[in-house]
Amino acid sequence: MIKNPAFYVNSELCTGCKCCVIACKDKHDLLDGVMWRRVIEYSGGEWLVTGNVFEQNVFAYYISISCNHCENPLCVKGCPTKAMQKDENGIVWVDQNRCVGCHYCEWNCPYGAPQYNEELGRMSKCDFCRDNLAKDEPPACVAACPSRALDFGGYEELQKKYGKHATIAPLPRPEMTTPHLIVEPNRHSKPQGSMAGTRGQLVSNPEEI
Amino acid sequence: MATKNTTQKKMDRRDFIKGSSLILSSMFLPFSIEILNPGEAPAAPAGGNGEITTFWNSCNVNCGSRCALRVHVQDGKIIQIETDNTGDDTYGLHQLRACPRGRSMRQRIYAEERIPYPLKRVGKRGEGKFERISWEQAYTELGQRLKKTIDEYGNEAVYLNYGTGALGSTMGKSWPPDATPVARLMNLAGGYLNHYSDYSTIQITIGMPYLYGGSWVDGNSLSDMENSKLAVFFGNNPSETRMSGCKCKTLQHARFTNNTRVIVVDPRYTDTIVSSGDEWIPILPGTDTALCAALAYVMITEDLVDISFIRRYTMGFDEESLPEGAEPGSSYKSYILGQGPDKTPKTPEWAAEITTIPVHRIQKLAREIALTKPCFICQGWGPQRTTNGENLSRAVGMLAVLTGNVGIAGGNTGAREASGQSLPMATFPTLENPVKTSVSCFNWFQAIEDHTWMTAETAGIKGRDRLIAPIKFIWNYASNCLTNQHGGINQMNPILQDEEKCETILVIDTTLTASARYADYLLPCCSNLEEHDWTADGDSNIAYVIFAEKCIEPLHESRGIYDICAGIAEQIGLKEEFTEGRTQYQWMEHLYDQSKKAVPDLPPTLEDAFKQGIYKKYFPENHIAYKAFRDDPEANPLDTASGKIEIYAPELAEYAKTWKLDKGQRITALPEHIDDPEGAQSPMQKKYPLQMVTYHYKQRTHSTYGNCSWLQEVSPQELWINPLDARARGIKHTQRVKVFNDRGVTYVEAKVTPRIIPGVVGLPEGAWHKPNKKGEDMNGCPNVLTRLQPTALAKGNPHHSTLIQVEKA
Repeated sequence: MIKNPAFYVNSELCTGCKCCVIACKDKHDLLDGVMWRRVIEYSGGEWLVTGNVFEQNVFAYYISISCNHCENPLCVKGCPTKAMQKDENGIVWVDQNRCVGCHYCEWNCPYGAPQYNEELGRMSKCDFCRDNLAKDEPPACVAACPSRALDFGGYEELQKKYGKHATIAPLPRPEMTTPHLIVEPNRHSKPQGSMAGTRGQLVSNPEEI
Repeated sequence: MATKNTTQKKMDRRDFIKGSSLILSSMFLPFSIEILNPGEAPAAPAGGNGEITTFWNSCNVNCGSRCALRVHVQDGKIIQIETDNTGDDTYGLHQLRACPRGRSMRQRIYAEERIPYPLKRVGKRGEGKFERISWEQAYTELGQRLKKTIDEYGNEAVYLNYGTGALGSTMGKSWPPDATPVARLMNLAGGYLNHYSDYSTIQITIGMPYLYGGSWVDGNSLSDMENSKLAVFFGNNPSETRMSGCKCKTLQHARFTNNTRVIVVDPRYTDTIVSSGDEWIPILPGTDTALCAALAYVMITEDLVDISFIRRYTMGFDEESLPEGAEPGSSYKSYILGQGPDKTPKTPEWAAEITTIPVHRIQKLAREIALTKPCFICQGWGPQRTTNGENLSRAVGMLAVLTGNVGIAGGNTGAREASGQSLPMATFPTLENPVKTSVSCFNWFQAIEDHTWMTAETAGIKGRDRLIAPIKFIWNYASNCLTNQHGGINQMNPILQDEEKCETILVIDTTLTASARYADYLLPCCSNLEEHDWTADGDSNIAYVIFAEKCIEPLHESRGIYDICAGIAEQIGLKEEFTEGRTQYQWMEHLYDQSKKAVPDLPPTLEDAFKQGIYKKYFPENHIAYKAFRDDPEANPLDTASGKIEIYAPELAEYAKTWKLDKGQRITALPEHIDDPEGAQSPMQKKYPLQMVTYHYKQRTHSTYGNCSWLQEVSPQELWINPLDARARGIKHTQRVKVFNDRGVTYVEAKVTPRIIPGVVGLPEGAWHKPNKKGEDMNGCPNVLTRLQPTALAKGNPHHSTLIQVEKA
């Protein structure tokens, strides 16, 4: 079993199709409204209209993102019942016997990764498809990606494979949690902290996530 | 009629049992349907031992790809669907990964909107009242009606409507119409009225061959873009219209192998620009003809055209190369330079006002295209879906011609990329249609109303001078094109409701679509996961067959289309001829044996093939369209009268004189720009100032998958509107808006985004029509706003020639 598993997302290749989200929902039988993986859009730009002629500097790109199984997970730190924890392999998971569904983890996580399961009254989240990893198979999202934009592996090996990349908007500052996530920028990407999006530094598609 | 308001929660059918009748309603259903004698519900699958079995199957919808599914079944029920995980995903033998639609198939299979059992209309047509009948009664009565129609009106009164709900497979196949089991049955019964072309491509299908000849203009394979120094996509959007993992991989191969620069000309900043584009050139819909003319102007005046190519391979470029009989001043060069009848030079300044593209960008684009060789110039099928789409398709083609990019590696014809490799698998023999007459895929509805005026010259009738019978019997199999996907929904309603005109509408489908509302007989067809079949497809450098094994028993009382046709055949005394004594499975075995002769590497038996799941073959060579012609045009002439590329089309010059067109319509021998009567700069903009494009959306394939909540959640139906247009109307992101014109009203949420050009809104096609009591659509269905007037030459659907207004709901 891989230690400290991490996700790699190539925003250059991502078409925003959301197949990763659907594969995850199908495998884990997630309720409507719960998405352990989400695809965020960051887009913006302005139009200059001179008579009938237009100039513009529009940009757009997508980032597929789930739980990043962070080095310093704020969700674990802030969990009042110790239900949220990091297992021996570095996977962050919720112990359903301890969780009381208080949402603190969701609020503490800068990525909003943990999500509430209304039927169970508990929090739920990406478990990196631990059952797949045990069988030496990729997580459902990675295996599904029609664009081959997703990859996974031990954080250090993955860093060696893909190198380090600057964080792009609208992701939070990585210093907050040290996410096990490598995002390859899109050629249209803006740097972390950019306000150029349609909703400033927020995602442009809140209705889809 | 009892009705039930929609709610946002999923409903249980049992909630609607009132007295003895059953009312089916759900948040997705286009109309609520009342069944007077529902009886016992069909039995659910029997329990099992909890073991999980995995079957190979495929997703067979009309998206341009067919993808592999691994269907996990427990106790007769599908519990999860995965995709191709075979091999190491090397390009050429890469994995046929399904897109989010295929991965949502479980929701579509078990949807509440499945048709449970055969139904017969009892109320007025379109009212939604049905009674449950047995299959035997359905077969008997349909056999009688079919016979009666043929006896009274002849075979040309029986129409097979366009339908692509089951596409790519071998037996459970709804398209092309002449390759379906329905066609086999009708051919045995004396034939049927056919249609030509399809709603996706009719203007380019009919228009572009006047430039290159033949019946379909070929393109280089997309993979050949790896050899291009520049690619220019006119409205080509493979990342949204070719979403499969097979085609995604090809696009990446094409774009990233040699980092080919990609410029996309489109009203929307599409996901193709996100994933593959280097630059977006926004354009108003329908004005590509003006842009192309201005690009030609720059190339001609700056001496950038490939004149040796033009001399050797084309006719009609200048006055010297016009064919005999052509009027002086009717050459392409004369048109471009303003020396033709319109006396208007097609300068970048002229085009800037029409297209909104700045003069400097037009000039630069012309120089980039002309000087960067080879250049892959292509067009998607969105731009041609306008009133002047036939000319538009040729206008884009002209850029490839002017620059000599035809017939070479890294070049293209201006058409869409080639459809891909294929394997010579045997197909179900559907015999020959004794009737040769066809209408266009779009103007068939006029033959319900009044066929008597419809001739070759008035309505584009092919195979005969004129129609000899009205349409009295419609086979509508796996098709939502009676209304939802046809256009002008509110105007189609009275035509379809009139029981005196078309006497029988037979709808065969898995799902209660908006079109099913008009059925006289509504027969439940099983999905492809419920029967044995195979699907053959391919892409640039790969061809494959997916052997689709039956995963679960047919749901409710549904049956396969082969058995349904055999049932009706029996009633008209054609069972033996139709089946040749074979069951569907026996046909599959028979066709497999034939296929093995053509593709000897296939697994030994059909059973082995089902176990293997997928057979793939790598084709290393890229396809280069018209290479033989380029290499030796005298030995390999094109299929045109001159054997050359016909920039000036003599046949069109003839039609311009002889065809009877609607007021304002024109057919031109050159690929001229013609102002759209319902487009950019149209006077109608005073009332309806926004153009609407109905692009293909990742939530659905046309209307298929439109009832899957997973997909609605991640890709909700939204109206794209530019912040400038939204601000002027006080509309904020995610706010509900009313979209309307004289033809209809629809309500939908707004996506306020700079990713669409000002003056244009984008409303994805395929949303299920769901009218309220006032007849206003509540579900963002764009076809309540589109028009029924067919285009001049192709008689096709101009869905992107639609003006609307938007206001806060």
